[in-house]
Amino acid sequence: MKQEDKTLIQDICARFNRDRTRMMDVLIEAQRALGYLSSDVIDAIAEALAIARVEVESAASFYAFFSQKPRGKFVIRLCNDIIDKLKGVDRVASALREQLGIDFGQTTDDDLFSLEWTSCIGMCDQAPAALINDKIVTRLSSDSIREIVRSLKEHGDFSKLKLALGSGNNSHPLVRSVVDNNLLQRGAVIFAPSEPSQALGKALAMSPTEVIRSIKTSRLRGRGGAGFPTGMKWEFARNATGDARYVLCNADEGEPGTFKDRVILTEAADLMFEGMTIAGYAIGSEQGILYLRGEYAYLRAFLEDVLAQRRSKGLLGDNVGGKAGFNFDIRIQLGAGAYICGEETALISSCEGLRGDPKTRPPFPAQKGYLDMPSIVNNVETFCCVTRILDKGAGWFAAIGTTGSAGTKLFSVSGDCERPGVYELAFGVTLAELLKIVGAEDAIAVQVGGASGRMVNPSEYGKKLCFDELATGGSIMVFGPGRDVIKVARAFMEFFCEESCGYCTPCRVGNRLLKQGLERFIRGMAEPSDIEYLEQLGKTVKTMSRCGLGQTSANPVLSTLQSFRSEYERRVVKNTSGLQPSFDIVKALRDSETIVKRKSVHVGH
Amino acid sequence: MSATIHFTIDGVEVTGKAGQTILQAASEAGIYIPRLCAHKDLTPHGSCRVCTVMVNGRPQAACTQPVSDGAIVENETAEIKELRRNLVEMLFVEGNHYCMFCEKSGNCELQALAYRLGIQAPRYPYFFPQRALDATHPDIFIDHNRCILCGRCVRASKELDGKNVFQFIGRGAHKRVGFNAPDGLGHTDAAVSDRFVSICPVGAILKKRVGYAIPVGQRLFDKRPIGSEIEARRAKGK
Amino acid sequence: MSTKPKVATTSLAGCFGCHMSLLDIDDRILKLIELVDFNKSPINDIKKFTDRCLVGIIEGGCSNEENVHVLQDFRKHCDVIIALGDCATMGGLPAMRNHVPLKECLEEAYLKGPTVYNPGGKVPGDAELPLILDKVYPCQEVVKVDLFLPGCPPPADTIWQALVALLNNKPLELPYELIKYD
Repeated sequence: MKQEDKTLIQDICARFNRDRTRMMDVLIEAQRALGYLSSDVIDAIAEALAIARVEVESAASFYAFFSQKPRGKFVIRLCNDIIDKLKGVDRVASALREQLGIDFGQTTDDDLFSLEWTSCIGMCDQAPAALINDKIVTRLSSDSIREIVRSLKEHGDFSKLKLALGSGNNSHPLVRSVVDNNLLQRGAVIFAPSEPSQALGKALAMSPTEVIRSIKTSRLRGRGGAGFPTGMKWEFARNATGDARYVLCNADEGEPGTFKDRVILTEAADLMFEGMTIAGYAIGSEQGILYLRGEYAYLRAFLEDVLAQRRSKGLLGDNVGGKAGFNFDIRIQLGAGAYICGEETALISSCEGLRGDPKTRPPFPAQKGYLDMPSIVNNVETFCCVTRILDKGAGWFAAIGTTGSAGTKLFSVSGDCERPGVYELAFGVTLAELLKIVGAEDAIAVQVGGASGRMVNPSEYGKKLCFDELATGGSIMVFGPGRDVIKVARAFMEFFCEESCGYCTPCRVGNRLLKQGLERFIRGMAEPSDIEYLEQLGKTVKTMSRCGLGQTSANPVLSTLQSFRSEYERRVVKNTSGLQPSFDIVKALRDSETIVKRKSVHVGH
Repeated sequence: MSATIHFTIDGVEVTGKAGQTILQAASEAGIYIPRLCAHKDLTPHGSCRVCTVMVNGRPQAACTQPVSDGAIVENETAEIKELRRNLVEMLFVEGNHYCMFCEKSGNCELQALAYRLGIQAPRYPYFFPQRALDATHPDIFIDHNRCILCGRCVRASKELDGKNVFQFIGRGAHKRVGFNAPDGLGHTDAAVSDRFVSICPVGAILKKRVGYAIPVGQRLFDKRPIGSEIEARRAKGK
Repeated sequence: MSTKPKVATTSLAGCFGCHMSLLDIDDRILKLIELVDFNKSPINDIKKFTDRCLVGIIEGGCSNEENVHVLQDFRKHCDVIIALGDCATMGGLPAMRNHVPLKECLEEAYLKGPTVYNPGGKVPGDAELPLILDKVYPCQEVVKVDLFLPGCPPPADTIWQALVALLNNKPLELPYELIKYD
């Protein structure tokens, strides 16, 4: 390793105080500077942080965006989630393969391009989409991707691409992105006009326990999907013992089909940061962390600027808002491509510079979270609600929505609908009403809650979107006439196989088996007993898995088995011969025939 | 907080101490809860999930779940046994477990658990993965084919040996145990006298040159099911 | 004609060790032939099925096309298929080649191995030789299997108890000592 590279690594580590808990930042910076994380780079980081090299490699090898092999100057990551598939990503992929002369997972000989698949990047409303390094390109076609590649080859510079900038702050000098907000309906809470900092002022005039009481009175529940009462979570953290407390904001919006946090981060970041600050005051914290998914790195500079402005206004830092003794600041922790880090304890692991493995519970984060200190992790949208509750009052908020689900909800709607985008609607709206609003009344199936949610058939469209009936963290994926729900389920299982952290047996192995099981139905090889096989397998994964990912990863299979059972039943064939239809002797003999240069005398071709 | 905690496992009254896990209290009471990643000398890991029990109707890993007063724990119901069987079968198809030529056969906890659960063959298709061997260490073999990712070696090296020889590398289906040296175990400070060597529940970590010192047929689990020694405590207590 | 139930056996990609274990039931073999007639089996050297069988006992997995045909033929002629031993159940020793590409396996065996003498320099490909499959398949991946008796080989008592249970139409409950994978 060149001495200058070694010095560079030492400088990066020094910038983060040689603190091993800042490993994510060190790895991100090292990769940015040197292209990839070679064995030498890993050694150098280990030396500079004074830890075992295997600890560095362990973290580096966990995240999809880190590479231990050389990659092209431009890494093109094409999003392969189900919505992108519906919108023709395969044609885009073929164009890329053809034009670059490489397949996915490969790098061109001139070291200019690497091609990779990636899970949902939060652009389902403008699919197909891809990441080119940390920039986004959307609404791709085979023509547009060819033009992008041609231009990158010619100029070697992403900024030279002639791309129309997106709406709102997407045109901001610090963002300059093609992304569109597609904010198609503003509601009473998140995207209503509001006075900046008014809520924080009101909160600081109250005692911290009064703030928590107010959140409890508002009946606010977490917007990430699980719906835990926010006030109760804060109270646990406040009452737990610890030398420090932390406020973590979950902006690892990785659930396929969700992109509402993207719009908040772009258009209402102040609302979110203000909510985090109020939380800091309420639980007695001095430090907040915004965990920003690697896919949204294009928003980082902009968000840093928002934070800087808040500091200059006295809304972060010492004596926040003029409140003597209340010191609070926020840092941004960038992720690096791992859906699991949206799970709150995995998010904490990642913030601590570790693999994004979920932690053992108990203890819960409110007791022992980030750096073993009491911590709260809340969703981006939840913090925005907090700000509005403090501003307009708990009663105002509680009066919106339903009894069990107060307030509004942001819905990210994508798929086979006329108007994909973000809709803010009061909880309690029925799925049928939403489908009408977005122009999808002919939907044959709707996936509510993303891959980990459930597939709903038309008989349930009258149900309300809320925690007690159809719960969702925001994702609504619409499937129109002619779509095959079993293929959709398979796409979700592919996603979970890719995104399982591999910590526990049922999730690591069971999801692969579930995917194989669906394959039998799709290939026409399933027997009646395969339905029960899938049910048993799904139950095992759901019951035995360690964290929320595994406990919900079988849902695509279990919920389609429930809501679309006839789709499975019509595909099964009773096996009367006793032969396994999945055994393909022609394929099994192909290698042999090539090697000995003759055909089988038994098997017809 | 009261120091003594009373709860039941399959209807049997069990007394535990505050801070104990269900698995620890059960073992002391002579009730065997199957486990693979858990080991009495190591911090609980909660990864194999084989020790999952129902606590007041909710599935929890007994190795990490603290005892709680009045809890109703189900351990040996037909449903749980079936779910455990499925997990053990998953581990068998995920790796390459050739018991017939494995030095650990008869002393292997994975195999013993399969025996105890009466598994004649896994119902899942075999993955036949491509995995590596590492023979770079003069005294120790590593066979990733047999590794079940329980993390006992990772923890033992840290907690018992005061070293840092292993850590998990990769994610999901690509997860494996890595060494603290790019060129193999032989380039780490691992020693054959380290505890991690014998603590492996399967044949993924073996000492060189000691094959079949005890013949098959006279090994730990050849005649007595795994867990018998724990269950003997209860029989004695009565 | 005898009305006794019929039993057929075969060894596919196995070592005949499981058949040896079957013979290890010792004098109970006399009892067994009172209870059943052997049809196609190496034990009596009957090459082709002459009748439908109650039980087909399979040793070994499928490593070549002939193994596949024999196994499928057994499935056609037998009511109950028993996968006997680890090779039938999970591929066993022959399945070690599943971790090496077929081309490399054949080259090692016929061209590059340290003890190979092969002046022709070719991998044998005569039409009489069955073609080898891309990997060794456990029996249940090729046909439906009704009963698995693991072991390398399975103990004679395991085989005996399984047959007795089948012939008496009783569920098979093997004691702890009789389920072994080694």
